Amino acid sequence: MASVKTYVTGFALSVALTLLAYQAVVGHWFSEVGLIAFVMGLAVVQLVVQLVFFLHLGSESKPRWNLISFLFMFLVLVIIVGGSLWIMANLNYNMMMTPEQMDEYMMKQSNKGF
Amino acid sequence: MSSKVETVRRAGISTESKTMFGFWLYLMTDCILFASLFATFIVLRGGTFGGPSSSELFDMPFVLTETLILLTSSFICGLAILAARHGSKRQVILGLSATAALGLVFLGMELTEFTQLVSEGHGWQTNAFLSAFFTLVGTHGAHIAVGLLWAGVLLWRLIKSDMTDALVKKVTLFALFWHFLDVVWIFIFTIVYLMGVI
Repeated sequence: MASVKTYVTGFALSVALTLLAYQAVVGHWFSEVGLIAFVMGLAVVQLVVQLVFFLHLGSESKPRWNLISFLFMFLVLVIIVGGSLWIMANLNYNMMMTPEQMDEYMMKQSNKGF
Repeated sequence: MSSKVETVRRAGISTESKTMFGFWLYLMTDCILFASLFATFIVLRGGTFGGPSSSELFDMPFVLTETLILLTSSFICGLAILAARHGSKRQVILGLSATAALGLVFLGMELTEFTQLVSEGHGWQTNAFLSAFFTLVGTHGAHIAVGLLWAGVLLWRLIKSDMTDALVKKVTLFALFWHFLDVVWIFIFTIVYLMGVI
């Protein structure tokens, strides 16, 4: 249940996670791919921390409608974001163009005033 | 937890939990809105049209300060809720004022960043990356502005009238909204700013 202790814990953890992610990026701790995975991982951990300590998700009594609606929203979110990235990453391939050709094409189009 | 709170909770469980759940559902739909803006941003982030990329535009220490200010604001808002449940009106007013003041500083910093970008010729009409950037971060900023208005109305009512259960409920809903905005900011900070300079 909510108390000063849960808020202080959540706040301390969030500050630590934020600073850790910031330092990792500014200090170039890992390679590019490693850093992206690292900071995304930290963001998800901070999401869970704030959901539990600030929004008290999971401490409600059954039936856990808040949690269920959150999980459904998360499913939709993964489909929107993951699906968009998946389609757009394959866009150039499906249009039989390399990214460079695509850039050139778009430059040409915009010069025409589109 | 005081026994007074428990009695209040048991007595008001049907309507209070329904209101909270309804507001929670609104927050979930707002998450979907932000999800589509995030998807747009990630797809368009490389489309700088020959202009400067995010690593040349972002001032990272400035953004880190912004992030910590919003986080502190969210934390103090949580403490204000605890005070509201214990029935301490003075502490609620104090906590809510601090929350709103920090939120105002955050919004001010965001607008400073925006005006600086626009005045240097990096406005939203420059390229796809900047359009997506201003839409995503601006939508979050608009939510913060609405939150500040809400906090102002709540403070006015708190000062004018006694702390009723209905008012405590309103403050709780505001806190939910404010915590939610901080959760969204975690991902703006990570995906827009941190990943922008990697």
